[in-house]
Amino acid sequence: MSERSMARAEGATVQPQLREVPAVRMEAVYKHYGDFTALNEVDLKVAKGEKIVVCGPSGSGKSTLIRCINHIEKHDEGLIYVNGVELDHQRKNIDAVRRDTGMVFQSFNLFPHMTVLENCTLAPMTANGMSEAEAKDLAMHFLTKVRIPDQAEKFPGQLSGGQQQRVAIARALCMRPKIMLFDEPTSALDPEMVKEVLETMKKLAEEGMTMLCVTHEMGFAREVADRIVFMNEGRVVEQAAPEEFFKHPKSERARTFLDQIIH
Amino acid sequence: MSLFSPTAAVSYFFNYFLMKGVLVTIGLTVAAVVGGLILGMGIALLRMSSNPVLAGAARFYIWFFRGTPLLIQLVVIYSGLPQLGIKFSVITCALVGLILNEAAYLAEIVRSGFMAVSAGQREAAWALSLSPWVTFRRVTLPQAFRLMIPPLGNSINSLLKATSLASVISVEELMRRSDMLMQEHFQILEVYAAATAYYLILTSVWDAVQRRLEKHFGRSSAAKTRRVAASAPVAQASVEARA
Ligand SMILES: Nc1ncnc2c1ncn2[C@@H]1O[C@H](COP(=O)(O)OP(=O)(O)OP(=O)(O)O)[C@@H](O)[C@H]1O
Ligand SMILES: [Mg+2]
Repeated sequence: MSERSMARAEGATVQPQLREVPAVRMEAVYKHYGDFTALNEVDLKVAKGEKIVVCGPSGSGKSTLIRCINHIEKHDEGLIYVNGVELDHQRKNIDAVRRDTGMVFQSFNLFPHMTVLENCTLAPMTANGMSEAEAKDLAMHFLTKVRIPDQAEKFPGQLSGGQQQRVAIARALCMRPKIMLFDEPTSALDPEMVKEVLETMKKLAEEGMTMLCVTHEMGFAREVADRIVFMNEGRVVEQAAPEEFFKHPKSERARTFLDQIIH
Repeated sequence: MSLFSPTAAVSYFFNYFLMKGVLVTIGLTVAAVVGGLILGMGIALLRMSSNPVLAGAARFYIWFFRGTPLLIQLVVIYSGLPQLGIKFSVITCALVGLILNEAAYLAEIVRSGFMAVSAGQREAAWALSLSPWVTFRRVTLPQAFRLMIPPLGNSINSLLKATSLASVISVEELMRRSDMLMQEHFQILEVYAAATAYYLILTSVWDAVQRRLEKHFGRSSAAKTRRVAASAPVAQASVEARA
């Protein structure tokens, strides 16, 4: 904790703001791939503690949106603030933002040559200068939380998909992020493993974590999300509370999307 | 005179003169691997750089040295360069030729090893705030290295045999010394039987070392790694014939 606030105090340019600083603020963000516009004038504000589900058809820019928030993808135009730090392509600000955000990928991206425990302790030890003993305690704490402390000495390849994804969540939590980004965390899983991962995410939500989650799990969205963000062709087309969005989608595109996904 | 004298073959095998040739062969191989790896990694880095001039230069280097016979390279360095006033000792000529040639093959192996590590691994490292150095040292390099071992092993195996080409520029390694013995005693089959036995021993020892390395670095997530390795575009470079 203290290290992170120190890092912020030393380097990052924090926006002076009197009101509660939003967790994420995007203003007129554009992202291009050659001639293709993957994000088209995206505005988005996420309050601290808010849970957002991002959905939309394939290729609509959901992954791009979420990957711009921790600068894994560079936005071309517009402004992105994460906890008041502007993502302006400066190293120190990118670092500050990445320390505040954790990310979970569709394909887990665990380090296959390291044990579960090593996966969890690497970043705390090398990026936060924690001692091995401290980092192990921390890792075991979060592995217990995702209910796989007994797998700590195994390698990722020896675990089921659901277990791997829970390790990935624990690994991200070991850096004590304030915002968690999920990009289709259950899409690569067999149906019987989806539930265990969603349960883990629900628990995280209940503890007040700020979450942005790309998912097609509409049950999860209904239960957990404060707001649904619907994207199409690089734009945020619609934002509404789940109730509202599912019952009365405003756009034609959202209606056809929901028709396809619900069945 | 008998058709083939086993006792003569055995005596050539234990011939001190020939044994010293074996040591030269080993020395050439080790030096060419070490030098080739260092130079090859540099070339692989250039080849992967976003600067088109550097990448182009590296690509040209690889194209040139993989596209011409090692034999010509050695002869040009040994007898061609003196014409331009550049002169090395015989052993230096052999080393320069072998290293330049090996580097081209190893550069491709190193590069394809790194390319085969998925972008997701790097992204996960960034997302975890790992520094570029830790990302390279702890995440990318170990995975790339594991993928490099099989083609690296093949390349070293063929290098071991390719050192025999240095005999043409009169380096007294195993092949050259066999020739010398043969010309002295005219027991062609006996001398080359001994030389063949040495090459087989050397390649077999290396095979065993390679298997140990593969086992050591492949200890984790065996099933998964095998899948990755099978689908990886790991260089076939080393399998191609040389000389
Ligand atoms: N590196 C890239 N180069 C070129 N085009 C890209 C790149 N990454 C994404 N795109 C394009 O940008 C668009 C948006 O991609 P994105 O991955 O954000 O979509 P998505 O909404 O996450 O889709 P999906 O549901 O299939 O994951 C797609 O049309 C994709 O082809
Ligand atoms: Mg996506």
